[in-house]
Amino acid sequence: MHYGVCGDFKESYEKDMEIFQTTFAKAWLYGFIIFLYIFPLFASKYFLYIGNLMAIFVIGAIGLNLLTGFAGQISLGHGAFVGIGAYASAYLTANLGLPFWVALPAAGVITAIIGMIFGIPSLRLKGLYLAIATLAAQFIIEYVIVHWEAVTNGVLGKMVPFASIFGYQFDNDRKYFYLSITLAIILTIFAKNIVRTKTGRAFVAVRDNYIAAEIIGVDIFKYKLYAFAISSFYAGIAGSLWAHYLTLITPEHFTITVSIQYLAMIIIGGLGSLIGTIYGTVFLIILPEFLRFLSGIVSHSYPQIVDLFAAIREGVFGLVIILFLLFEPKGMAHRWQIIKAYWKLWPFSY
Amino acid sequence: MEFFIQLLITGIVLGSVYALVALGFVLIYKSTSVINFAQGELLMLGAYICLQFVIELQAHTGLGLYTIFWISFFATLIVCGIIGLLIERAFLRKMIGEPIISIIMLTIGLSSFLRGIIQFFWGTQTKVFPQIFSQKPIMLFGKIPVSEIYLYAIAFSAIFLGIFTLFFKYNRSGIAMRATADDQQAAMSMGISIKRIFALAWCIAAIVAAVGGIVIGNINGINVSLSFYGLKVFPVVILGGLDSIGGAIVGGLIIGILENLCGGYLDPHMPGIKEVAPFIVLVLILMIKPYGLFGTEEIEKV
Repeated sequence: MHYGVCGDFKESYEKDMEIFQTTFAKAWLYGFIIFLYIFPLFASKYFLYIGNLMAIFVIGAIGLNLLTGFAGQISLGHGAFVGIGAYASAYLTANLGLPFWVALPAAGVITAIIGMIFGIPSLRLKGLYLAIATLAAQFIIEYVIVHWEAVTNGVLGKMVPFASIFGYQFDNDRKYFYLSITLAIILTIFAKNIVRTKTGRAFVAVRDNYIAAEIIGVDIFKYKLYAFAISSFYAGIAGSLWAHYLTLITPEHFTITVSIQYLAMIIIGGLGSLIGTIYGTVFLIILPEFLRFLSGIVSHSYPQIVDLFAAIREGVFGLVIILFLLFEPKGMAHRWQIIKAYWKLWPFSY
Repeated sequence: MEFFIQLLITGIVLGSVYALVALGFVLIYKSTSVINFAQGELLMLGAYICLQFVIELQAHTGLGLYTIFWISFFATLIVCGIIGLLIERAFLRKMIGEPIISIIMLTIGLSSFLRGIIQFFWGTQTKVFPQIFSQKPIMLFGKIPVSEIYLYAIAFSAIFLGIFTLFFKYNRSGIAMRATADDQQAAMSMGISIKRIFALAWCIAAIVAAVGGIVIGNINGINVSLSFYGLKVFPVVILGGLDSIGGAIVGGLIIGILENLCGGYLDPHMPGIKEVAPFIVLVLILMIKPYGLFGTEEIEKV
């Protein structure tokens, strides 16, 4: 049984900075990680596919949340940055013959550099204007991906070799899941620690009131660039993982739709919340699969639903975003807090 | 030279559609400071609704095509105006004063929702209007062939842009809208109903988008890619200035002409440049003059 204290009794900063406020939460998390590593042994190919998708998107979404949720810089071009990572990794492994373990971080670094270049306008542009600038970045990068055929092979798509580390090939869903989930866990821990350090606090300061932040000595431009670099690094890693998972990438995989999907994940999960990012990602990946499952059931009596599936998915996706923004603008992380607080004192909640 | 003038004219046609879409966008932004990413979907919706009216009327009445088209045209404007009101009431009213990212995301969600609904009812295949305007080109100045629909498109856009310019200048509601845009609190204390103004802004935006949709639908046919016009509106409004109606018109024409000239002269060398040229311009303007040609500069005070 878990007994939480009824109030905040922190006596030192170290206590306040602790990731796990209770041993109970810590035990839960370790249990969950162990489950993540055991689950592939029993899961079917379909569940492994979903698991892989979740792990890869979690990495990308955490990157976006660091930029948008913590540093307050709206980006509508995250999908394109994931694309840069994917094509960088594909080019490095397929054309230059570099091993995967070099290409993966290299893709992250390349994306981070390009992200910083696109982050430079953020010095002058804010809010809406920055959103529009990143929208333009999305289209310009997409154009380059489609037309720089020497590197990307254009609309035909580029073949990517299997990921392999020292001769060990990640050539099926189960093996790949171990790779992607390990990276997802490492990068989540890394992000959690970034937001606890000076850099993370500077991000939040820039987001909440950049004039005040500047006055107390936060170098705004530097931290905005950091935010873009870190976010793009995550995008690059996610892109590289996705490329080696799909083994055939086309420009279709990195359109504005993907950027919107990433934004939706962090909005639904909760801006400025890492655990929320994970909830949001899981939710938005399960949603279309759930709809497919439903339409599979209904298709016996209404066969035409199969043709309409794309339309329904798109409509429901939009509706879910709208409903979350109207009724739960702080995201699932916030709702979870409320539910937890309720059960903590149950049945004597007053 | 003739090639250039051809490009110029198609550019003006495209530009006037952009101007219409941008007009709706600027209107919403000006009076409610909402950035509407769903403008392209409103345009698409208008085109589909008009098409449906035309098809239904053709099937059930014996009227001539021209009459049918005009009836459908005005019916569409009414229906779209109501849809605009409904959208504002259902989704946007609660969002007043929310952070900018929530509003952006809400309209993105709205665009996805509308696209889903449109695909649900009309499918994804390209549909074409029955041939309402004659295909025989009219000779402009005796030597430049221009198809009739292009002239209609320019005329439509000019008329609607004119009507709304006059509306904002002389009509009571129009003046109230400008007042709201200028200072919401002052407008409220002068007895202007802000809610009514917001609703009106969405209503008008949906109507002008529908006009744009009908025009472009008659030229190119209607399919889901029409929603892309909604994204093209960003270069236009950034160039013209986000809160300037005149800027929307000028910006629309400039971007439309630029896009077509790029398509005509650069496309053979750099395929696809036509589609990104507006966005490259957008980035340049943001770097040099972020408030556009006629926009109001925001001055921040500590």
